[in-house]
Amino acid sequence: MKGLTPIVKKVAQLMSGIICIYGIYIVVHGHLTPGGAFAGGIILAGAFILLILAFGSEVIKLRKEETGSSMSESIAILGTLILATVGLLVGSKVFFHNYLPKGTIGELVSAGAVPIYNILIGIEVAAAIITIFLALIIFKEEEEQR
Amino acid sequence: MEILLSVILGFMIIGAIYALHANDLLSAVIAQGIVGYGLVICFLHLRAPDLAIVQIVVETITLIIMVAVVLDSSRKELKTPAGWKGSVNVILGLVFIGFMIYFFDMATASLDVFGEHTLRMSQTYIEQGAQKTGAANLVTGVLWDFRGYDTLGEATILFTAALGVLTVLRMKGKK
Amino acid sequence: MTVYFMCFFLFLVGLYGIVTRRNLIKIVISFTIMEFSVFLFFALIGYVENGVAPILTKNLPENPVFVDPLPQAMVLTAIVIGLATSAMLLAIAIRLYKKYGTFDIREINNLRG
Repeated sequence: MKGLTPIVKKVAQLMSGIICIYGIYIVVHGHLTPGGAFAGGIILAGAFILLILAFGSEVIKLRKEETGSSMSESIAILGTLILATVGLLVGSKVFFHNYLPKGTIGELVSAGAVPIYNILIGIEVAAAIITIFLALIIFKEEEEQR
Repeated sequence: MEILLSVILGFMIIGAIYALHANDLLSAVIAQGIVGYGLVICFLHLRAPDLAIVQIVVETITLIIMVAVVLDSSRKELKTPAGWKGSVNVILGLVFIGFMIYFFDMATASLDVFGEHTLRMSQTYIEQGAQKTGAANLVTGVLWDFRGYDTLGEATILFTAALGVLTVLRMKGKK
Repeated sequence: MTVYFMCFFLFLVGLYGIVTRRNLIKIVISFTIMEFSVFLFFALIGYVENGVAPILTKNLPENPVFVDPLPQAMVLTAIVIGLATSAMLLAIAIRLYKKYGTFDIREINNLRG
């Protein structure tokens, strides 16, 4: 896939950084403000999709990116499972038990394990959407080469 | 509130009907965008900012993927000759819809009036959710503490859907 | 009550599309329309008149009435799942198009093999 003109490339470069920071903010502040893992993860995926659409890439490089995104997806969901299973062993023996100290309501470091779940599932959602998008693009490229 | 929502829903229904009858697939996809973005405004008026943020980004990405698929293949809607099979389909669909309306009318009798909602379980979540989970956003608290199992299941479905896309697109066809 | 009925009518429009259309892309579009109407129905059920969004902030009004957070938490995950499932349907559709050269489901049925 060919990229677009240099003006579009530069604007996409500048915008995607800001969108990325906004997505990370929404994921990290998920327990205080509207948003959370699912919203922030999709915004992060949107930033990457903007970059891919603007710059284009070789099929081989896209394949490498796809391997990375599907790996991080699997690792993130594995981390969620481990964190939930530790709750089964600690404290009141309940799956998904919130065993970390709660802190005061309204501060950034509070709500026990909720922010960690948010970050892990944010990575998982972003990686899943990027994987789907990359799979569609690679399929299209391979059909054109044939 | 009810009148405002009804007007937005009316626009969404018009957009949906146009999406089904458009002759160009690209305009059908864009008319589907009317439904999605109307849904965002409805969520904002229903005091659900979390849902509005998610829906606006999801709708944009859905449009990107759909437009890419339509441009990659064909844009033309199929010419449907008005044969007897097509009219049988339409009549069966209308009869089915009539049955659905009858059952929905029966089911709404047990619902509360719009705007006067009470649920015993939700009262507990609202009153003690902040103390029990420590999260200021009650939706996230419900999502990751009281209903953690559900959310894990949904994350698994997302994982499975990504795997499914990879499998469908990588499969080598029979020669 | 009219809002419930209009929301259900949107669902019926999607159902009619799935039953009568033959184009695969139109079927995917009807599927997403049905999904959207279900999300809206959940959010409508949870609404309380003059309620505030279920988020604790410093400047809340006196004795706030919160909107029900439970249906919102259910729908929040379902929206993302909807994106993934419709992307999967589109992947199947484009795969079929590349094999048979048409989006017509009846033609694909005839050309099987």
